[in-house]
Amino acid sequence: MAEFALPANSKPKGGQTHPATGSGGNMKTFKVYRWNPDDEANPSVDTYQVDMDDCGPMVLDALIKIKNETDSTLTFRRSCREGVCGSCAMNIDGTNTLACTKYISDVDDEVKVYPLPHMPVVKDLVPDLTHVYAQYTSIEPWLKSSSTAPERERLQSPEEREKLDGLWECILCFCCSTSCPSYWWNGDRYLGPAILLQAYRWIADSRDEDAGNRLDDLEDPFRLYRCHTIMNCTRTCPKSLNPAKAIAEIKKLMVERKG
Amino acid sequence: MSLRSPIGLVRGLGSAKEGVSHWWSQRLTAIALVPLTLWFAAAIAGHVDADHAAMTAWMSSPITAALFILLIVATFYHAYLGLQVVIEDYVHSEGLKIASVILIKGACIVLALIGVLSVLTLLFEG
Repeated sequence: MAEFALPANSKPKGGQTHPATGSGGNMKTFKVYRWNPDDEANPSVDTYQVDMDDCGPMVLDALIKIKNETDSTLTFRRSCREGVCGSCAMNIDGTNTLACTKYISDVDDEVKVYPLPHMPVVKDLVPDLTHVYAQYTSIEPWLKSSSTAPERERLQSPEEREKLDGLWECILCFCCSTSCPSYWWNGDRYLGPAILLQAYRWIADSRDEDAGNRLDDLEDPFRLYRCHTIMNCTRTCPKSLNPAKAIAEIKKLMVERKG
Repeated sequence: MSLRSPIGLVRGLGSAKEGVSHWWSQRLTAIALVPLTLWFAAAIAGHVDADHAAMTAWMSSPITAALFILLIVATFYHAYLGLQVVIEDYVHSEGLKIASVILIKGACIVLALIGVLSVLTLLFEG
């Protein structure tokens, strides 16, 4: 059956409280999910006090400050710190988003920080992305053409290029896929919103000549049709894209080519 | 625990190359059910005070019978398709999944048949 509760050894228990290093009066509390693969212990939720007068505005700034000044064992991914790499995707205040573009001031109370939901955890806030990356590989995300290569770039009209807007901006942070209940229950076979949006990015590209085979590979009760238009993907996307619409476009093409 | 490669696991048994008819039929039956259900509710509301004779007279009209049969078929075909999806979503043990899908589809067919035969009985025998 689908898992509606965490396994006993995955339930967060207890957690340490780390006082702030500074002595400012403007303190913010961060509750951060911790799990260490090197011991047998359950995950825990640690509490950190962070001096907001000496901290950048984003949640990622606070996490970096905690790691630098309070607890160097805190583990998370980050790279670009400006919302283009997708590394710091995590669940903040109950919503999947990028720590680097999420304002601390947008969270009224204490800031709860968890890894992306329903993914295997490598350590603390680092999810294991092996399976989603393999799913990305499976849609063959590159331009396929059997016509003779032109001497210069492959041309596209402005209208054709416009069809890629809202698709090319995806940074593969997987906030959407990991917010989707259908992906939680059937992620082993369902490709999820991120991968389906990427698949549509190639189907919609006027320079690609392999749309038929791409649709063949997607037409499957699980790969595509586990999408039940729940719309969590569109709601959570930190880049304000619309994966649900991309999936709907694929479903429309499936009907269109039949009749 | 599997030592298969991640891409091997994802490709699995390949695409079923099926699903579009299922999805499209579910949408079409849903659309058909909007006017049919409204007609059904309005018609029943219009017969609140009717006695048995008035009901059977109404039911023995071919138009009423046709709309009733369409309503029954659309309802149970929609349920047949939709409940299968619910089972596939939540039941992950292969044996239990197949058994419950067969059971639910069988129940939908039997109930639809009973409904249609009842309408025909009223149509032809009053």
